Amino acid sequence: MAVGLGLVALPVLSACGSSGAAGSGDPKTITLVSHNSWLVSKSVLKDFEKQSGYKVRVLKDGDAGQAVNKAILTKDNPQGDVFFGVDNTLLSRALDNGLFQPYTAKGADLVLPRYRTDQDKHRVTPIDTGDICVNYDKAYFSEHKLAPPQSFDDLVKPAYKNLLVTENAATSSPGLGFLLGSAAHYGDDNWQDYWKKLKANGVKVVDGWEQAYNDEFSGSAGGKKANADRPLVVSYASSPPAEVIYAKPKPATAPTGVAAGTCFRQVEYAGLLSHAKNAKGGKAFLDFLLTKEFQDDMPLNMFVYPVREGAQVPAEFARFGPQAKDPETLAPAKIAADRDQWVKSWTSLVLK
Amino acid sequence: MALPVAFFAVFFAYPVAAIVSRGLHGDGGWQPGRIWDVATRPDIRHVLWFTTWQALASTALTLLIALPGAYVFARFEFRGKQLLRAVVTVPFVLPTVVVGTAFLALLGRGGLLDELWGVRLDTTVWAILVAHVFFNYAVVVRTVGGLWSQLDPRQEEAARVLGASRFAAWRRVTLPALGPAVAAAALMVFLFTFTSFGVVQILGGPTFSTLEVEIYRQTSEIFDLATAAVLTIVQFVAVGAILVVHAATVRRRETALRLVAPGTTARRPRGAGQWALLAGVLVSIAVLLVLPLAVLVQRSLGAPGFGYYRALADDDGGVFLVAPIEAVGNSLEYALAATAIAVLIGGLAAAALTRRAGRLMRGFDALLMLPLGVSAVTVGFGFLIALDEPPLDLRASWILVPLAQALVGVPFVVRTMLPVLRAVDGRLREAAAVLGASPWRVWREVDLPMVRRALLIAAGFAFAVSLGEFGATVFIARPDNPTLPVAVAQLLGRAGDLNYGQAMALSTILMVVCAVALLLLERVRTDRTGEF
Repeated sequence: MAVGLGLVALPVLSACGSSGAAGSGDPKTITLVSHNSWLVSKSVLKDFEKQSGYKVRVLKDGDAGQAVNKAILTKDNPQGDVFFGVDNTLLSRALDNGLFQPYTAKGADLVLPRYRTDQDKHRVTPIDTGDICVNYDKAYFSEHKLAPPQSFDDLVKPAYKNLLVTENAATSSPGLGFLLGSAAHYGDDNWQDYWKKLKANGVKVVDGWEQAYNDEFSGSAGGKKANADRPLVVSYASSPPAEVIYAKPKPATAPTGVAAGTCFRQVEYAGLLSHAKNAKGGKAFLDFLLTKEFQDDMPLNMFVYPVREGAQVPAEFARFGPQAKDPETLAPAKIAADRDQWVKSWTSLVLK
Repeated sequence: MALPVAFFAVFFAYPVAAIVSRGLHGDGGWQPGRIWDVATRPDIRHVLWFTTWQALASTALTLLIALPGAYVFARFEFRGKQLLRAVVTVPFVLPTVVVGTAFLALLGRGGLLDELWGVRLDTTVWAILVAHVFFNYAVVVRTVGGLWSQLDPRQEEAARVLGASRFAAWRRVTLPALGPAVAAAALMVFLFTFTSFGVVQILGGPTFSTLEVEIYRQTSEIFDLATAAVLTIVQFVAVGAILVVHAATVRRRETALRLVAPGTTARRPRGAGQWALLAGVLVSIAVLLVLPLAVLVQRSLGAPGFGYYRALADDDGGVFLVAPIEAVGNSLEYALAATAIAVLIGGLAAAALTRRAGRLMRGFDALLMLPLGVSAVTVGFGFLIALDEPPLDLRASWILVPLAQALVGVPFVVRTMLPVLRAVDGRLREAAAVLGASPWRVWREVDLPMVRRALLIAAGFAFAVSLGEFGATVFIARPDNPTLPVAVAQLLGRAGDLNYGQAMALSTILMVVCAVALLLLERVRTDRTGEF
């Protein structure tokens, strides 16, 4: 009886100002589900809407890991049509849970071959790529007349004792990327030894990237204000360009640099959700994500590199955060098989 | 009565049950046996122990520091009191992301303490405890101080005249009257710290973990729904037990009190002792509450000519499709809606609880407190998988945000109104009824004038909770209209000086908006003659 009352009252409540229910099935609306970092220039999105006749709604659903997990939880009745933002470290989780349906986007043949994956089923489309690398604070190293580290091996040398801060591999995507990078570099049998040495060399672990970068890393804007004293941080190759672009006035060089031999390659994918209510619109949107217009526009919004052949890379990227020449990579199948076990061992090894 | 029950059934019990049962179902059907397996794992036991221990310590510390504050706010009249009362409530609504940053700046390496005395408290449990005091100071000052300011000082004076010592008079007269309010405040602080999330996550580093943080990790990062479901149940049981104990201790002590208008009880401090007390409280507020806030303000002013603030109005600033400043408007709209819902539901519930007694009602009372003890993560995920069918497909509807926030606000409304409502002498109502007033009119003419102040305090709480609420809001995906805390978190999530500065500027704006809103609430007096 009481519950009945509530149910009667609710439609009235939700009728005022509801922006249309999730995945409303309106054939003219495309709903994109993504993580908080999704960003596109207004003009570019407007162009797409004009050309295609669709209206695009964007649902930002937390950080990358959260957004993927929520999409999996709601896969039978999804919140939208397209999901953007599952990366290679979590891809297997999405595919094993049947999150996506097959679709080969227009322009898939223009994606640089090294980023392609799932070639037999085409459930996901690569959209962007980035490198997770150790960043260093240039000022600190020139002040101390010390060469910045360049490789995984360097990080365990006594000269760099107590200088590195990284993120929890269980909760943070750069943290996980750095762990996977070390596992790729040293192999199944030796990565744990490497982390024992890192721990002995005073690596500090915090929960998330924001804290590592803004509060602990001495090279970032926030870190300078906080008198942070860790001149090495696990971040992205595109962080130094961001330090230039978001500074007023813009400095001539970036205050931070990238340790080239510590990088792990991350690729982000998008896909058509399995039970999308507007599959046709979703497909059109996936095509759009691979157009030159979008791929050119993407780097300065999301601080990632394009995957499309011939897409433009901003000058600041080339100067201050070039892509790693020889990043560590891991086959998706390998990540799928070992990721959870690695994270468990890492947790008991490093955090306990 | 029907409406609050329905509200909780649909927006709380049903979603939480949905997500927990999904976690326990697993591959081989229903597996209740898992509960025991997970609950007895050593790492989980350790988490439970730490959660309880730090919550007890935080509560004790908060009461110790905040009760003198409650007294000062209730009994002393001094310049700037209203402003200060709003200021001490500000911490309560700040997103934990921001508070964590401020505290690291104070307690961390190269922080203020480090420079003065070489003390570093980051990644120690002290940082967590101090931050909890910072957050919960207002809870004690408002719940206890609110009642204290309405106690008739003449009762204590009468006891003094009859020969009781000052202390004996306080112990026999004032303390029993305050008991329920203190217990309610302690309970709220305990529940808050027991389910603490952001503070522990940021200041505790990966080594300290509360149940809430562990549930979040298991659900949203590790995707181990079974473990998360068990932890939710463990937390649920623990919180339930706390509520039962609380109910047993306060139930018999809520008696009819003689309440007077708060304006009449406060006077200027007299004598060295009272001035010293006032000074002590002001100093503790300055160090514990104002200093961390000041750090944020100072950092937001880091660019010449308010550069960070100016950047907030640009909508080509990168992170948002709309200017970040618009988040202020979004936040206020959500907060108003959430406050309205919370006051309506909470008010009805409190009224029902005062009218009737009995076992069923006590159960209902405890039920209303449960949302404080269930993780926002669980509720958020529950919303996602439970409220996805018409007529209840609210997942992308804007109303879901205020609903989730109201869920947290209702317990506050009930807790602040109940002691006052119960203190209203029942014979007044009976007299009114005998004279022919309808129940509605009795409520309007007898109860409402007495509880108007409590109602305002409760509304202020609900508003503040909603303004700073981050956990549930983050879980509800919606088209691009971020609330203030969400916008701050997004700015902090990007590299670059301008983003960091804008995050600090936006946090400062959040503080100011909140302080102004609270000040306005304090000033609202529909009845010019005061409370009665």
